[in-house]
Amino acid sequence: MSTTLTTEETGAPINTEQEARERRERLLSWLMPIAMLAAAIGYWEWAVWYFEVPRYLIPAPSVIAKTLITDGPSLMVSAWFTVKLTFMSLLLAVIGGVILGGIFALSRTIELSLFPFAVILQVTPVVAIAPLILIYVHSTFAALLICAWIVAFFPILSGTVVGLRSADHNLRDLFTLYRATPWQRLRFLLAPSALPQFMSALKVAGGLSLIGAVVAEFVAGAAGQNTGLASRIIESSFRSEIPRMFAALVLVSLLGIVIFFLTSWASRRVLGHWHESELRREH
Amino acid sequence: MTAPVIRMDRVTRRFGANVLAVDNMTLDIQPGEFVSFLGPSGCGKSTALKMIAGLLPVSAGTIEIAKSTGASEHDLAFVFQEPTLMPWATVFDNVFLPLRLAGMKRREAEPRVMAILAEVGLTKFAQSYPRTLSGGMKMRVSIARAMVTRPRILLMDEPFAALDEMTRSKLNNDVVRLAKELGLTVIFVTHSVFEAVYLSTRIIVMAARPGRVAADIPMQTPWPRDENWRTSPAFATEAQRVSDILKGTLHVDDLDH
Repeated sequence: MSTTLTTEETGAPINTEQEARERRERLLSWLMPIAMLAAAIGYWEWAVWYFEVPRYLIPAPSVIAKTLITDGPSLMVSAWFTVKLTFMSLLLAVIGGVILGGIFALSRTIELSLFPFAVILQVTPVVAIAPLILIYVHSTFAALLICAWIVAFFPILSGTVVGLRSADHNLRDLFTLYRATPWQRLRFLLAPSALPQFMSALKVAGGLSLIGAVVAEFVAGAAGQNTGLASRIIESSFRSEIPRMFAALVLVSLLGIVIFFLTSWASRRVLGHWHESELRREH
Repeated sequence: MTAPVIRMDRVTRRFGANVLAVDNMTLDIQPGEFVSFLGPSGCGKSTALKMIAGLLPVSAGTIEIAKSTGASEHDLAFVFQEPTLMPWATVFDNVFLPLRLAGMKRREAEPRVMAILAEVGLTKFAQSYPRTLSGGMKMRVSIARAMVTRPRILLMDEPFAALDEMTRSKLNNDVVRLAKELGLTVIFVTHSVFEAVYLSTRIIVMAARPGRVAADIPMQTPWPRDENWRTSPAFATEAQRVSDILKGTLHVDDLDH
Protein backbone atom coordinates (compact mmCIF):
# COMPACT_ATOMS: atom_id res chain seq x y z
CA MET A 1 0.00 0.00 0.00
CA SER A 2 2.71 2.43 1.01
CA THR A 3 4.69 1.73 -2.18
CA THR A 4 1.69 2.57 -4.31
CA LEU A 5 1.34 5.86 -2.50
CA THR A 6 4.99 6.73 -3.01
CA THR A 7 4.80 5.94 -6.71
CA GLU A 8 1.76 8.10 -7.04
CA GLU A 9 3.49 10.85 -5.18
CA THR A 10 6.62 10.75 -7.31
CA GLY A 11 4.56 10.74 -10.48
CA ALA A 12 2.44 13.54 -9.09
CA PRO A 13 3.22 16.60 -11.25
CA ILE A 14 2.44 14.95 -14.59
CA ASN A 15 -0.27 12.65 -13.27
CA THR A 16 -2.38 15.24 -11.50
CA GLU A 17 -2.30 17.54 -14.47
CA GLN A 18 -3.33 14.79 -16.81
CA GLU A 19 -5.90 13.46 -14.38
CA ALA A 20 -7.33 16.91 -13.89
CA ARG A 21 -7.67 17.31 -17.63
CA GLU A 22 -9.34 13.94 -17.96
CA ARG A 23 -11.71 14.74 -15.09
CA ARG A 24 -12.56 18.04 -16.74
CA GLU A 25 -13.24 16.29 -20.03
CA ARG A 26 -15.42 13.69 -18.35
CA LEU A 27 -17.35 16.38 -16.55
CA LEU A 28 -17.76 18.38 -19.74
CA SER A 29 -19.04 15.36 -21.64
CA TRP A 30 -21.92 15.18 -19.12
CA LEU A 31 -22.33 18.82 -18.39
CA MET A 32 -22.51 20.18 -21.94
CA PRO A 33 -25.42 18.03 -23.19
CA ILE A 34 -27.35 18.57 -19.94
CA ALA A 35 -26.74 22.32 -20.03
CA MET A 36 -27.79 22.58 -23.68
CA LEU A 37 -30.91 20.52 -23.06
CA ALA A 38 -31.79 22.65 -20.03
CA ALA A 39 -31.23 25.81 -22.06
CA ALA A 40 -33.47 24.57 -24.86
CA ILE A 41 -36.24 23.65 -22.42
CA GLY A 42 -35.82 27.02 -20.69
CA TYR A 43 -36.12 28.85 -24.00
CA TRP A 44 -39.19 26.80 -24.89
CA GLU A 45 -40.82 27.71 -21.56
CA TRP A 46 -39.95 31.39 -22.01
CA ALA A 47 -41.06 31.52 -25.66
CA VAL A 48 -44.44 29.94 -24.93
CA TRP A 49 -45.02 32.47 -22.18
CA TYR A 50 -43.63 35.46 -24.09
CA PHE A 51 -45.48 34.84 -27.39
CA GLU A 52 -48.55 33.63 -25.52
CA VAL A 53 -48.77 30.42 -27.49
CA PRO A 54 -52.02 28.63 -26.58
CA ARG A 55 -51.50 25.28 -24.82
CA TYR A 56 -53.54 23.42 -27.47
CA LEU A 57 -50.85 24.35 -30.00
CA ILE A 58 -47.61 24.03 -28.05
CA PRO A 59 -47.81 23.46 -24.30
CA ALA A 60 -45.00 24.79 -22.11
CA PRO A 61 -42.63 22.23 -20.59
CA SER A 62 -44.04 23.02 -17.15
CA VAL A 63 -47.55 22.12 -18.35
CA ILE A 64 -46.23 18.86 -19.84
CA ALA A 65 -44.51 18.06 -16.55
CA LYS A 66 -47.77 18.76 -14.67
CA THR A 67 -49.66 16.47 -17.05
CA LEU A 68 -47.04 13.78 -16.51
CA ILE A 69 -47.80 13.93 -12.81
CA THR A 70 -51.60 14.23 -12.93
CA ASP A 71 -52.00 11.59 -15.68
CA GLY A 72 -49.08 9.63 -14.27
CA PRO A 73 -50.90 6.43 -13.24
CA SER A 74 -52.74 5.91 -16.54
CA LEU A 75 -49.68 6.92 -18.60
CA MET A 76 -47.50 4.52 -16.63
CA VAL A 77 -49.82 1.63 -17.44
CA SER A 78 -49.49 2.50 -21.11
CA ALA A 79 -45.73 3.00 -20.82
CA TRP A 80 -45.39 -0.43 -19.23
CA PHE A 81 -47.35 -1.93 -22.13
CA THR A 82 -44.98 -0.32 -24.63
CA VAL A 83 -41.92 -1.36 -22.63
CA LYS A 84 -43.13 -4.98 -22.56
CA LEU A 85 -43.91 -4.90 -26.27
CA THR A 86 -40.55 -3.34 -27.20
CA PHE A 87 -38.34 -5.56 -25.07
CA MET A 88 -40.17 -8.76 -25.89
CA SER A 89 -39.96 -8.04 -29.61
CA LEU A 90 -36.25 -7.24 -29.23
CA LEU A 91 -35.68 -10.44 -27.27
CA LEU A 92 -37.53 -12.52 -29.86
CA ALA A 93 -35.61 -10.74 -32.64
CA VAL A 94 -32.33 -11.63 -30.94
CA ILE A 95 -33.33 -15.26 -30.43
CA GLY A 96 -34.73 -15.66 -33.93
CA GLY A 97 -31.98 -13.66 -35.63
CA VAL A 98 -29.15 -15.49 -33.89
CA ILE A 99 -30.60 -18.95 -34.48
CA LEU A 100 -31.43 -18.29 -38.13
CA GLY A 101 -28.14 -16.43 -38.63
CA GLY A 102 -26.26 -19.42 -37.21
CA ILE A 103 -28.09 -21.77 -39.56
CA PHE A 104 -27.42 -19.44 -42.52
CA ALA A 105 -23.74 -19.28 -41.66
CA LEU A 106 -23.54 -23.07 -41.45
CA SER A 107 -25.40 -23.80 -44.67
CA ARG A 108 -25.18 -21.80 -47.83
CA THR A 109 -28.08 -23.76 -49.34
CA ILE A 110 -30.46 -22.90 -46.51
CA GLU A 111 -29.36 -19.29 -46.68
CA LEU A 112 -29.99 -19.06 -50.41
CA SER A 113 -33.43 -20.64 -50.06
CA LEU A 114 -34.61 -18.65 -47.03
CA PHE A 115 -32.97 -15.29 -47.59
CA PRO A 116 -35.64 -14.06 -50.05
CA PHE A 117 -38.26 -14.44 -47.30
CA ALA A 118 -36.15 -12.45 -44.89
CA VAL A 119 -35.67 -9.73 -47.50
CA ILE A 120 -39.40 -9.60 -48.36
CA LEU A 121 -40.22 -9.23 -44.65
CA GLN A 122 -37.65 -6.49 -44.37
CA VAL A 123 -38.50 -4.40 -47.42
CA THR A 124 -42.27 -4.48 -47.04
CA PRO A 125 -43.16 -1.56 -44.74
CA VAL A 126 -44.58 -2.81 -41.46
CA VAL A 127 -47.39 -0.27 -41.78
CA ALA A 128 -48.55 -2.15 -44.86
CA ILE A 129 -48.44 -5.61 -43.27
CA ALA A 130 -49.85 -4.66 -39.89
CA PRO A 131 -53.55 -4.52 -40.88
CA LEU A 132 -53.31 -8.07 -42.26
CA ILE A 133 -51.59 -9.36 -39.15
CA LEU A 134 -54.28 -7.70 -37.03
CA ILE A 135 -56.93 -9.57 -39.01
CA TYR A 136 -55.21 -12.96 -38.76
CA VAL A 137 -53.98 -12.81 -35.18
CA HIS A 138 -56.67 -12.70 -32.57
CA SER A 139 -54.69 -11.28 -29.62
CA THR A 140 -53.84 -7.63 -30.14
CA PHE A 141 -50.67 -7.91 -28.07
CA ALA A 142 -49.46 -10.87 -30.14
CA ALA A 143 -50.24 -9.01 -33.37
CA LEU A 144 -48.33 -5.93 -32.21
CA LEU A 145 -45.47 -8.13 -31.07
CA ILE A 146 -45.21 -9.73 -34.50
CA CYS A 147 -45.13 -6.30 -36.18
CA ALA A 148 -42.38 -4.97 -33.91
CA TRP A 149 -40.47 -8.24 -34.26
CA ILE A 150 -40.49 -8.04 -38.07
CA VAL A 151 -38.82 -4.63 -37.90
CA ALA A 152 -36.18 -5.56 -35.32
CA PHE A 153 -35.40 -9.02 -36.63
CA PHE A 154 -33.62 -8.26 -39.87
CA PRO A 155 -30.65 -6.23 -38.56
CA ILE A 156 -29.93 -8.97 -36.01
CA LEU A 157 -30.11 -11.63 -38.69
CA SER A 158 -27.81 -9.87 -41.14
CA GLY A 159 -25.44 -8.75 -38.37
CA THR A 160 -25.15 -12.31 -37.11
CA VAL A 161 -24.60 -13.77 -40.58
CA VAL A 162 -21.94 -11.22 -41.53
CA GLY A 163 -20.34 -11.53 -38.08
CA LEU A 164 -20.13 -15.30 -38.16
CA ARG A 165 -18.53 -15.10 -41.60
CA SER A 166 -15.97 -12.49 -40.59
CA ALA A 167 -13.63 -14.77 -38.63
CA ASP A 168 -9.98 -14.42 -39.67
CA HIS A 169 -9.12 -17.05 -42.30
CA ASN A 170 -5.80 -17.90 -40.67
CA LEU A 171 -7.55 -18.50 -37.36
CA ARG A 172 -9.99 -20.74 -39.23
CA ASP A 173 -7.01 -22.67 -40.58
CA LEU A 174 -5.60 -22.91 -37.08
CA PHE A 175 -8.83 -24.41 -35.78
CA THR A 176 -8.82 -26.88 -38.69
CA LEU A 177 -5.23 -27.80 -37.92
CA TYR A 178 -6.09 -28.52 -34.28
CA ARG A 179 -9.14 -30.52 -35.38
CA ALA A 180 -11.64 -28.36 -33.51
CA THR A 181 -15.16 -29.79 -33.33
CA PRO A 182 -17.94 -27.66 -34.91
CA TRP A 183 -19.07 -26.70 -31.41
CA GLN A 184 -15.55 -25.62 -30.37
CA ARG A 185 -15.23 -23.64 -33.59
CA LEU A 186 -18.52 -21.88 -32.92
CA ARG A 187 -17.79 -21.19 -29.26
CA PHE A 188 -14.14 -20.16 -29.39
CA LEU A 189 -13.84 -18.63 -32.86
CA LEU A 190 -17.04 -17.79 -34.72
CA ALA A 191 -19.12 -16.40 -31.85
CA PRO A 192 -16.42 -14.01 -30.53
CA SER A 193 -15.60 -12.92 -34.09
CA ALA A 194 -19.29 -12.17 -34.67
CA LEU A 195 -19.69 -10.06 -31.53
CA PRO A 196 -18.72 -6.65 -33.00
CA GLN A 197 -21.23 -6.96 -35.85
CA PHE A 198 -23.81 -8.46 -33.55
CA MET A 199 -23.50 -5.66 -31.01
CA SER A 200 -23.88 -2.94 -33.63
CA ALA A 201 -26.89 -4.82 -35.01
CA LEU A 202 -28.32 -4.92 -31.49
CA LYS A 203 -27.99 -1.15 -31.19
CA VAL A 204 -29.92 -0.69 -34.44
CA ALA A 205 -32.51 -3.32 -33.56
CA GLY A 206 -33.07 -1.78 -30.12
CA GLY A 207 -34.16 1.49 -31.70
CA LEU A 208 -36.15 -0.29 -34.38
CA SER A 209 -38.08 -2.45 -31.94
CA LEU A 210 -39.44 0.69 -30.28
CA ILE A 211 -40.31 2.22 -33.66
CA GLY A 212 -41.96 -1.08 -34.63
CA ALA A 213 -43.97 -1.18 -31.42
CA VAL A 214 -45.17 2.40 -31.80
CA VAL A 215 -45.96 2.15 -35.51
CA ALA A 216 -47.82 -1.14 -35.05
CA GLU A 217 -49.96 0.41 -32.35
CA PHE A 218 -50.72 3.43 -34.52
CA VAL A 219 -51.94 1.12 -37.25
CA ALA A 220 -53.90 -1.03 -34.83
CA GLY A 221 -55.39 2.11 -33.31
CA ALA A 222 -56.13 -0.01 -30.29
CA ALA A 223 -58.18 1.74 -27.64
CA GLY A 224 -59.08 0.79 -24.10
CA GLN A 225 -57.29 0.01 -20.90
CA ASN A 226 -54.64 -2.37 -22.03
CA THR A 227 -52.80 -0.29 -24.60
CA GLY A 228 -49.49 1.44 -25.07
CA LEU A 229 -48.17 4.98 -25.38
CA ALA A 230 -48.92 5.24 -29.09
CA SER A 231 -52.64 4.71 -28.46
CA ARG A 232 -52.47 7.39 -25.75
CA ILE A 233 -51.03 9.77 -28.33
CA ILE A 234 -53.78 9.02 -30.89
CA GLU A 235 -56.47 9.19 -28.24
CA SER A 236 -55.21 12.54 -26.92
CA SER A 237 -55.01 13.87 -30.45
CA PHE A 238 -58.67 12.99 -31.03
CA ARG A 239 -59.60 14.79 -27.82
CA SER A 240 -57.24 17.68 -28.53
CA GLU A 241 -55.47 17.06 -25.23
CA ILE A 242 -52.18 18.33 -26.58
CA PRO A 243 -50.27 18.41 -23.25
CA ARG A 244 -51.10 14.72 -22.76
CA MET A 245 -49.85 14.00 -26.28
CA PHE A 246 -46.59 15.67 -25.41
CA ALA A 247 -46.40 13.83 -22.09
CA ALA A 248 -46.78 10.47 -23.86
CA LEU A 249 -44.22 11.58 -26.43
CA VAL A 250 -41.75 12.42 -23.67
CA LEU A 251 -42.17 8.93 -22.26
CA VAL A 252 -41.60 7.33 -25.69
CA SER A 253 -38.42 9.39 -26.11
CA LEU A 254 -37.25 8.44 -22.64
CA LEU A 255 -37.78 4.78 -23.44
CA GLY A 256 -35.78 5.20 -26.64
CA ILE A 257 -32.95 6.86 -24.73
CA VAL A 258 -32.94 4.08 -22.12
CA ILE A 259 -32.72 1.47 -24.89
CA PHE A 260 -29.90 3.39 -26.54
CA PHE A 261 -27.91 3.57 -23.31
CA LEU A 262 -28.58 -0.07 -22.45
CA THR A 263 -27.39 -1.37 -25.81
CA SER A 264 -24.38 0.96 -25.83
CA TRP A 265 -23.49 -0.18 -22.32
CA ALA A 266 -23.84 -3.84 -23.32
CA SER A 267 -21.63 -3.25 -26.34
CA ARG A 268 -18.95 -1.60 -24.22
CA ARG A 269 -19.12 -4.41 -21.67
CA VAL A 270 -18.69 -7.08 -24.30
CA LEU A 271 -16.17 -5.40 -26.64
CA GLY A 272 -14.51 -2.80 -24.42
CA HIS A 273 -11.39 -4.79 -23.63
CA TRP A 274 -10.46 -5.75 -27.16
CA HIS A 275 -12.41 -4.32 -30.07
CA GLU A 276 -11.32 -1.16 -31.87
CA SER A 277 -14.84 0.29 -31.92
CA GLU A 278 -15.17 0.36 -28.12
CA LEU A 279 -11.59 0.99 -27.02
CA ARG A 280 -10.90 4.08 -24.99
CA ARG A 281 -7.89 5.80 -26.46
CA GLU A 282 -5.27 7.18 -24.17
CA HIS A 283 -4.24 10.56 -25.52
CA MET B 1 19.71 -43.12 -42.43
CA THR B 2 16.59 -42.90 -40.25
CA ALA B 3 13.09 -42.90 -41.66
CA PRO B 4 11.96 -39.47 -42.87
CA VAL B 5 9.46 -37.53 -40.81
CA ILE B 6 7.88 -36.03 -43.87
CA ARG B 7 7.86 -37.68 -47.25
CA MET B 8 6.47 -35.82 -50.24
CA ASP B 9 6.05 -37.97 -53.32
CA ARG B 10 5.33 -36.29 -56.68
CA VAL B 11 3.04 -33.78 -54.99
CA THR B 12 1.15 -31.49 -57.34
CA ARG B 13 -1.28 -28.71 -56.61
CA ARG B 14 -3.38 -26.94 -59.21
CA PHE B 15 -5.51 -23.85 -58.70
CA GLY B 16 -8.18 -23.79 -61.41
CA ALA B 17 -7.32 -25.10 -64.84
CA ASN B 18 -4.23 -23.03 -65.60
CA VAL B 19 -2.28 -22.38 -62.43
CA LEU B 20 0.19 -25.05 -61.43
CA ALA B 21 1.20 -23.86 -57.95
CA VAL B 22 3.33 -26.89 -57.10
CA ASP B 23 4.48 -29.32 -59.75
CA ASN B 24 5.72 -32.81 -59.03
CA MET B 25 7.50 -32.06 -55.77
CA THR B 26 9.40 -34.96 -54.21
CA LEU B 27 11.18 -34.44 -50.92
CA ASP B 28 12.20 -36.41 -47.82
CA ILE B 29 12.72 -34.55 -44.58
CA GLN B 30 14.65 -36.23 -41.77
CA PRO B 31 13.98 -35.83 -38.04
CA GLY B 32 15.71 -32.79 -36.57
CA GLU B 33 16.33 -31.06 -39.87
CA PHE B 34 15.80 -27.32 -40.13
CA VAL B 35 14.70 -26.93 -43.73
CA SER B 36 14.04 -23.61 -45.42
CA PHE B 37 11.84 -23.30 -48.48
CA LEU B 38 13.45 -20.38 -50.26
CA GLY B 39 12.10 -18.73 -53.38
CA PRO B 40 10.39 -15.75 -55.00
CA SER B 41 6.69 -14.96 -54.62
CA GLY B 42 4.49 -17.43 -56.43
CA CYS B 43 6.94 -20.33 -56.33
CA GLY B 44 4.50 -22.43 -54.32
CA LYS B 45 6.49 -22.51 -51.09
CA SER B 46 3.54 -21.51 -48.92
CA THR B 47 1.24 -23.81 -50.87
CA ALA B 48 3.63 -26.71 -50.25
CA LEU B 49 3.69 -25.88 -46.54
CA LYS B 50 -0.10 -25.72 -46.31
CA MET B 51 -0.36 -29.09 -48.03
CA ILE B 52 2.04 -30.60 -45.51
CA ALA B 53 -0.08 -29.11 -42.72
CA GLY B 54 -3.18 -30.63 -44.27
CA LEU B 55 -4.76 -27.21 -44.78
CA LEU B 56 -4.84 -27.64 -48.56
CA PRO B 57 -5.59 -30.90 -50.38
CA VAL B 58 -3.06 -32.17 -52.92
CA SER B 59 -4.18 -32.41 -56.54
CA ALA B 60 -1.92 -35.40 -57.12
CA GLY B 61 0.81 -37.29 -55.27
CA THR B 62 1.08 -38.16 -51.60
CA ILE B 63 2.38 -36.61 -48.42
CA GLU B 64 3.24 -38.95 -45.57
CA ILE B 65 3.92 -37.79 -42.04
CA ALA B 66 5.53 -40.41 -39.80
CA LYS B 67 3.35 -41.55 -36.89
CA SER B 68 4.05 -39.93 -33.57
CA THR B 69 5.65 -41.85 -30.76
CA GLY B 70 5.98 -39.11 -28.15
CA ALA B 71 3.53 -37.56 -25.72
CA SER B 72 2.20 -34.66 -27.72
CA GLU B 73 -1.37 -33.42 -28.03
CA HIS B 74 -0.64 -32.38 -31.52
CA ASP B 75 2.23 -33.44 -33.68
CA LEU B 76 2.25 -30.63 -36.11
CA ALA B 77 2.29 -26.93 -35.37
CA PHE B 78 1.93 -24.02 -37.73
CA VAL B 79 3.09 -20.42 -37.38
CA PHE B 80 1.49 -18.01 -39.83
CA GLN B 81 2.95 -14.92 -41.44
CA GLU B 82 0.78 -12.79 -39.17
CA PRO B 83 0.65 -13.56 -35.45
CA THR B 84 -2.97 -14.73 -35.96
CA LEU B 85 -4.02 -14.24 -32.35
CA MET B 86 -7.58 -14.02 -31.06
CA PRO B 87 -7.92 -10.31 -30.14
CA TRP B 88 -10.69 -11.03 -27.61
CA ALA B 89 -8.54 -13.44 -25.60
CA THR B 90 -5.61 -12.83 -23.27
CA VAL B 91 -2.10 -14.01 -24.09
CA PHE B 92 -2.67 -16.93 -21.71
CA ASP B 93 -5.91 -17.94 -23.42
CA ASN B 94 -4.34 -17.65 -26.85
CA VAL B 95 -1.54 -20.02 -25.88
CA PHE B 96 -3.98 -22.29 -24.03
CA LEU B 97 -6.15 -22.65 -27.16
CA PRO B 98 -4.57 -25.78 -28.72
CA LEU B 99 -4.69 -27.60 -25.39
CA ARG B 100 -8.27 -26.47 -24.79
CA LEU B 101 -9.23 -27.78 -28.23
CA ALA B 102 -7.57 -31.07 -27.26
CA GLY B 103 -9.97 -31.24 -24.32
CA MET B 104 -7.61 -30.15 -21.55
CA LYS B 105 -8.91 -28.26 -18.52
CA ARG B 106 -7.50 -24.83 -17.72
CA ARG B 107 -6.05 -25.85 -14.37
CA GLU B 108 -4.39 -28.88 -15.89
CA ALA B 109 -2.89 -26.82 -18.71
CA GLU B 110 -1.75 -23.86 -16.63
CA PRO B 111 1.77 -25.08 -15.75
CA ARG B 112 2.41 -26.00 -19.38
CA VAL B 113 1.18 -22.65 -20.69
CA MET B 114 3.15 -20.68 -18.10
CA ALA B 115 6.30 -22.71 -18.82
CA ILE B 116 6.17 -22.00 -22.52
CA LEU B 117 5.38 -18.32 -21.88
CA ALA B 118 8.49 -18.19 -19.68
CA GLU B 119 10.43 -19.80 -22.52
CA VAL B 120 9.52 -16.94 -24.87
CA GLY B 121 9.89 -14.30 -22.13
CA LEU B 122 6.24 -13.31 -21.79
CA THR B 123 5.41 -14.44 -18.25
CA LYS B 124 4.50 -10.91 -17.22
CA PHE B 125 2.11 -10.52 -20.13
CA ALA B 126 -0.01 -13.62 -19.55
CA GLN B 127 -3.08 -11.54 -18.74
CA SER B 128 -2.50 -8.86 -21.40
CA TYR B 129 -4.55 -8.58 -24.55
CA PRO B 130 -2.78 -8.89 -27.91
CA ARG B 131 -3.48 -5.26 -28.90
CA THR B 132 -1.22 -4.06 -26.08
CA LEU B 133 1.79 -6.03 -27.39
CA SER B 134 4.39 -5.09 -29.98
CA GLY B 135 4.68 -6.97 -33.28
CA GLY B 136 7.59 -9.05 -32.03
CA MET B 137 5.82 -9.96 -28.81
CA LYS B 138 2.71 -11.02 -30.70
CA MET B 139 4.87 -13.27 -32.84
CA ARG B 140 6.37 -14.80 -29.71
CA VAL B 141 2.87 -15.54 -28.43
CA SER B 142 2.18 -17.20 -31.75
CA ILE B 143 5.33 -19.32 -31.40
CA ALA B 144 4.44 -20.21 -27.78
CA ARG B 145 1.00 -21.33 -28.95
CA ALA B 146 2.61 -23.52 -31.60
CA MET B 147 4.99 -25.10 -29.09
CA VAL B 148 2.53 -25.69 -26.25
CA THR B 149 1.32 -29.02 -27.65
CA ARG B 150 4.93 -30.30 -27.75
CA PRO B 151 4.88 -30.87 -31.51
CA ARG B 152 7.55 -32.79 -33.42
CA ILE B 153 7.11 -30.75 -36.56
CA LEU B 154 7.00 -26.98 -36.73
CA LEU B 155 5.86 -25.35 -39.96
CA MET B 156 6.53 -21.63 -40.31
CA ASP B 157 5.16 -19.54 -43.16
CA GLU B 158 7.35 -16.42 -43.51
CA PRO B 159 6.76 -15.76 -39.82
CA PHE B 160 9.05 -12.77 -39.42
CA ALA B 161 8.57 -11.05 -42.79
CA ALA B 162 6.69 -8.10 -41.28
CA LEU B 163 9.09 -7.45 -38.40
CA ASP B 164 12.00 -5.05 -38.09
CA GLU B 165 15.54 -6.33 -38.49
CA MET B 166 16.46 -6.34 -34.78
CA THR B 167 13.35 -8.18 -33.66
CA ARG B 168 13.66 -10.55 -36.55
CA SER B 169 17.22 -11.53 -35.75
CA LYS B 170 16.33 -12.06 -32.09
CA LEU B 171 13.37 -14.25 -32.96
CA ASN B 172 15.54 -16.19 -35.43
CA ASN B 173 17.81 -17.12 -32.54
CA ASP B 174 14.83 -18.00 -30.32
CA VAL B 175 13.39 -20.36 -32.90
CA VAL B 176 16.70 -22.10 -33.50
CA ARG B 177 17.23 -22.46 -29.74
CA LEU B 178 13.76 -23.96 -29.24
CA ALA B 179 14.16 -26.25 -32.24
CA LYS B 180 17.50 -27.49 -30.89
CA GLU B 181 16.26 -27.92 -27.30
CA LEU B 182 13.11 -29.76 -28.25
CA GLY B 183 14.54 -31.71 -31.17
CA LEU B 184 12.03 -30.28 -33.62
CA THR B 185 11.86 -30.79 -37.32
CA VAL B 186 11.25 -27.37 -38.81
CA ILE B 187 10.17 -26.22 -42.23
CA PHE B 188 10.68 -22.50 -42.58
CA VAL B 189 9.30 -20.64 -45.56
CA THR B 190 11.15 -17.46 -46.42
CA HIS B 191 12.17 -15.26 -49.32
CA SER B 192 15.25 -13.99 -47.52
CA VAL B 193 18.50 -15.66 -48.52
CA PHE B 194 20.22 -14.40 -45.35
CA GLU B 195 17.55 -15.79 -43.08
CA ALA B 196 17.60 -19.16 -44.84
CA VAL B 197 21.39 -19.40 -44.72
CA TYR B 198 21.58 -18.43 -41.06
CA LEU B 199 18.81 -20.72 -39.83
CA SER B 200 18.85 -23.87 -41.89
CA THR B 201 20.58 -27.19 -42.03
CA ARG B 202 19.20 -27.55 -45.53
CA ILE B 203 17.78 -25.13 -48.07
CA ILE B 204 15.24 -26.09 -50.70
CA VAL B 205 15.35 -23.46 -53.43
CA MET B 206 12.06 -23.25 -55.26
CA ALA B 207 11.30 -21.76 -58.68
CA ALA B 208 8.04 -20.30 -59.97
CA ARG B 209 5.75 -21.10 -62.91
CA PRO B 210 5.30 -23.89 -62.24
CA GLY B 211 6.29 -24.03 -58.57
CA ARG B 212 8.95 -26.69 -58.21
CA VAL B 213 12.14 -27.66 -56.36
CA ALA B 214 15.03 -26.04 -58.21
CA ALA B 215 17.87 -27.00 -55.86
CA ASP B 216 18.37 -28.96 -52.66
CA ILE B 217 21.33 -27.49 -50.78
CA PRO B 218 22.63 -29.14 -47.59
CA MET B 219 24.40 -26.57 -45.41
CA GLN B 220 27.88 -27.58 -44.27
CA THR B 221 28.34 -25.09 -41.44
CA PRO B 222 27.72 -26.59 -37.96
CA TRP B 223 24.25 -25.84 -36.55
CA PRO B 224 23.08 -23.94 -34.57
CA ARG B 225 25.13 -20.93 -35.51
CA ASP B 226 25.74 -17.89 -33.38
CA GLU B 227 25.56 -14.14 -33.96
CA ASN B 228 29.30 -13.96 -34.77
CA TRP B 229 28.84 -16.23 -37.72
CA ARG B 230 26.24 -13.86 -39.15
CA THR B 231 28.92 -11.21 -39.64
CA SER B 232 31.72 -13.55 -40.75
CA PRO B 233 33.12 -13.87 -44.29
CA ALA B 234 32.04 -17.54 -44.25
CA PHE B 235 28.42 -16.43 -43.92
CA ALA B 236 28.84 -13.99 -46.80
CA THR B 237 30.29 -16.74 -48.98
CA GLU B 238 27.43 -19.12 -48.18
CA ALA B 239 24.85 -16.40 -48.79
CA GLN B 240 26.50 -15.59 -52.14
CA ARG B 241 26.43 -19.26 -53.16
CA VAL B 242 22.74 -19.70 -52.31
CA SER B 243 21.91 -16.36 -53.85
CA ASP B 244 23.55 -17.36 -57.14
CA ILE B 245 21.58 -20.60 -57.24
CA LEU B 246 18.37 -18.68 -56.50
CA LYS B 247 19.10 -16.11 -59.23
CA GLY B 248 19.64 -18.90 -61.73
CA THR B 249 16.05 -20.02 -61.18
CA LEU B 250 14.44 -16.61 -61.62
CA HIS B 251 12.48 -15.48 -64.63
CA VAL B 252 13.07 -11.90 -65.70
CA ASP B 253 9.59 -10.86 -64.58
CA ASP B 254 9.96 -12.45 -61.11
CA LEU B 255 11.91 -9.40 -60.04
CA ASP B 256 8.75 -7.31 -60.17
CA HIS B 257 7.28 -9.12 -57.21
